[in-house]
Formats: sequence, C-alpha cells, structure tokens
Amino acid sequence: MIADILTVIWKERRSLFRHHGSRLRAIFSLVVPIAVFGILLPWQEGSGWIEGFWSIITCVFIPLLLVGTIIPESFAGERERHTLETLLSSRLPDQAILFGKIIVAIIYGWGMTLIVLLLGLIIANATGWEGQIILFPPIIALADVVVSLLLAAIMASLGVFISLKSATVQGATQMLMATTLFPILILGISFTFIFSMKGDLSQRIKNALESLDQTQAVLITIAVLFVICSCLFWAAAVRFKRQKLIGS
Amino acid sequence: MAKLAIRTDQLTREFGSLRAVDDLTIEVPEGIIFGFLGPNGAGKTTTINILLGLIEPTKGGAELLGFDVREHSQDIRALSGALLEYPGLYEQLSAADNLEFYGRIWRLTRSEIQVRIKDLLTQIGLWERRGERLAKWSRGMKQKLALARTLIHHPRLIFLDEPTAGLDVMAAATIRDDITNMAREEGVTFFITTHNMTEVEKLCHEVAVIRQGRLVAVGQPEELRRHAGSPRLEIIGKGFNGDVINLLEGLPDVSSVELKEDQLTINFARDIDTAPLVNRMVASGVQIDEVRKGKASLEEVFITLMEEEK
Repeated sequence: MIADILTVIWKERRSLFRHHGSRLRAIFSLVVPIAVFGILLPWQEGSGWIEGFWSIITCVFIPLLLVGTIIPESFAGERERHTLETLLSSRLPDQAILFGKIIVAIIYGWGMTLIVLLLGLIIANATGWEGQIILFPPIIALADVVVSLLLAAIMASLGVFISLKSATVQGATQMLMATTLFPILILGISFTFIFSMKGDLSQRIKNALESLDQTQAVLITIAVLFVICSCLFWAAAVRFKRQKLIGS
Repeated sequence: MAKLAIRTDQLTREFGSLRAVDDLTIEVPEGIIFGFLGPNGAGKTTTINILLGLIEPTKGGAELLGFDVREHSQDIRALSGALLEYPGLYEQLSAADNLEFYGRIWRLTRSEIQVRIKDLLTQIGLWERRGERLAKWSRGMKQKLALARTLIHHPRLIFLDEPTAGLDVMAAATIRDDITNMAREEGVTFFITTHNMTEVEKLCHEVAVIRQGRLVAVGQPEELRRHAGSPRLEIIGKGFNGDVINLLEGLPDVSSVELKEDQLTINFARDIDTAPLVNRMVASGVQIDEVRKGKASLEEVFITLMEEEK
C-alpha cells in the first residue's frame, strides 16, 4: 500500500505545476498569495503582524486557496481529461489513489503556508526591527502550524467529495471555493455587524470575545477542525470507490 | 483443450430498467485476438468494465485467467492491461513519464522500467520523442503510446475498446500492425471491441457479436461468413435483360438477383457449381467482362445479424 501511495505521489508531484500545459499560470496563482500574505502584509504591519492575528488569517487563506486549486485539478481533472478510467483499470487500490493525491495537496498547501509564515516573520522583523528578533507567541505558533494543516486536510477532503460530483475542473473549483468561502464570509459579515451595533447585546458579545482565553480558544478551534476534518475524510474515502466512480 | 483467458456464464448487468449486458456466455482461449462486435450501445464497454472488475454484474459471473471477477478483481487487474475509450494519458507529462508511471504502478524495478520503455517506444517508433510532452502529439501517436502503456507490465490479457476509432486510415493501419506484432511477440490475449469490420477480418482469430447486450453469434470470422453470409456471384458485363433475370430468379438455388448498372449480383441459398449457370447466361446473349465468386463480407454478415435480431 505504501509503495502504491508513493507511486501516486510521484505522478502528482510531477504534474503539480503542469496542468492545462500552463506552468506560468500555475506559478502566478502561487506567487500572488505569497506576495500578499508573505511580503505585503508583514511589510505594512511590522511586528504587529507577528504578535497579532495576521498570521492566523494567513493560515486560513493560504491552504484554502492553494489546496482549493490543486484538488479539483487532481480529481475532477482526471475525469475531465478521461484519465480516471484508465487509472482505475490499473492494479492500484482505491485508497492508494485517494491518499496519494490528498497527501500531495496537503503537503503543498501546508508547506507553502509554513514558507509564507517564515517569509512573513523575516520581513516583519526586518521592517519593524526593534533590536531583537521577535517570534510568534507559542500559542499563535501552535495555531498557525496545526490550523493550517487541518484546513489543508479539510479542503482536500471536501475537494475530493465535490470533485467527484463535478464533470469539470472549473465547476469543481467554483463549487469548492463557494462552499468554503461562504461560511467565512458570513462569519466576517456577522462580526462586522455585531461590532457596529450599539447597545447591550453588542457590548456583551465584545466582552465575551475579549475575555476568551487565547489558549482555550485555539484548542477548541483545533478540536472542532479535527472533527470536521475526520468526518470529511471518512466521507471522501467512502465515496472514492471504483464501483461508484465508474457506475455513476 | 486450450486454456481459457476469459469465461463468462450468463453474465448480466442492469442499470435500472435497462439491461446493458444480457445473459452473455462466451469463452476466449488464451493467446488469441478476440473481437467483440456490436453497434453503439450494445453493451461492449459495460462488458469490459465488468470483466475488469470496475462494475459488478447483476447476475451471472465471469472468470478471467482463473480469477473470479467478483472476488478477485484486483488480481485480474494486476494481470491485465486496458486501453479504454480514451487513451488515458497524462498530456502534461512526457511519453517516458507516462510509461514510467504505469511501470511503477505495476511495481517494475527502475531498471526494468527503463528497459521496457526503450523496447516499447522503439517498437512503435517513438523512442526519439520520449522526452516530449504529449499535448502537441497527434491522436494516432497518443493511441500508439497508450497501446504501449498497456503492455508495460507484460500483461497476460489486454482489453482494447475501439483502439482505432477516430484515427485516419494510415494511423489505424499502423495501430493494427502494432497489435499484430505485439500479440505475436508478447503472446498475450487481446479482447478488442470495434465497429470496423476490416479490422476484425485482419486482426481477429475469433469474434463474438452482441446486440442489446445479447450474444447473437460467435466463432471464427470465416465460420460466421459461411454460416450467416450466403455464397454469391458478381458478374460485370452487358445484356442483363428481363428474360435473363427472370431465368436466374426461377432457378431453385438462387435466392435473389440484383442488377446495378453493369453489375449483376446473384445470391445463392447454398454453395453450387456456377459454371453451367454462366454458360447459360452467355448462351442467352449476355456479354461477360468479369466474374467474381465469393462470400458475404463480415460487414454484410454483421448487418444481417443485426437485422435478424430486430
């Protein structure tokens, strides 16, 4: 099984920046988030980028954007380019195909997030130099590493599920982005609305958020994301079966 | 008795109310090129998918290379190769990478993969282009490469689903030559679906014909032509008047007579000695330029079989 997964990883890694024959387009889609989250924001915010929640925002958006681009190419792309049937007619077990593809997407999304964080750390330190190197607070560092990993895994599992129901890469990408960005958008609008409100309820929510223990909040978030990730991964594994893929 | 590569027993597959494969029982001996014919929607691709263990039969069963399709589909796929409806190649990868990927899938060692890539690409005349990505390759070149890919792991059984569909005449002829060479040199069993009767006549040792999922004929191409196609005489000349045609139609062994411009086709109910008949026509004033005696082509046999089943 391990050898089969490594075979799929070998192929996925070679295909990573070559989908649709445009390596330039793929690299461009990678450069933009790196430039915004790893250079521009740390440059503007300086040490505030390290000590505040900017790195968490980076850890949310980078895996979503990168894995959200890779996974539809990897799964819906196989269907769209008519390579899935041939792959399924080979001796590879279903799980090896699934795990191999998901692992590459997660490593790519998570790895790039960590690189962006490191780049941001260097730039924030360089632009806001205060005589010593400033590092992420331990709980933020933990949140950055674990949340980005879990979000990459969630995005990959959800992406598999959506890709298998989509006939095209474009359709899968749009559906995946809408499914993941919609809750974030709703959350953002809700907070904006609450903070702009005047009155007792708004004040109570603000107080509750301010009094929230940072460590507890991070651990609860990680636990919730872990449960979501496990459920989605299980659903993707159940869905990714030859009989269902060919018979559907 | 020859060992069997494929044996199906009342194989049936239903999709809702549609019976795509209906009670199919066939036997394919090892080492032959077996043609599986039928019109669009006859159930050919569904049959291949069942035999490869990609979908389960609703009823009946099949054994491939001694393995049951329900219980041991993984073993069957390990010993088989398949070129399905599409070449299934990764266009963003090079030709060599495509073959290497499938070599790795079948767990060949690195040195085995390299040797095999060189052998196969040389055999199909694409060794010099091994480093090129496939995006700009012609359909014929991709199909040749896909054929090579099915052989990378020395399979004992290969499924080809319409391997020359959509190719130009030259490319199709090259693919046919490649299949013949590979069957001879690699000694594998080929299970080929096609619409192309010329291809069947050139390639296949045995054929099965299905319609609406049901088997309507099976045997060697020559047998099918003998059983399903009547013997005939084609005469090119002048003077085929009404009297001559009436005379021919009145003969007991003549089943039909067709006249198209200068060509008269006489179909017989059975094989007979046709020389006296030609002499009678000459005596009746017919000027004969050419006489051809033959059997129906496989295409005509196929059409007849399809019409009989309607």
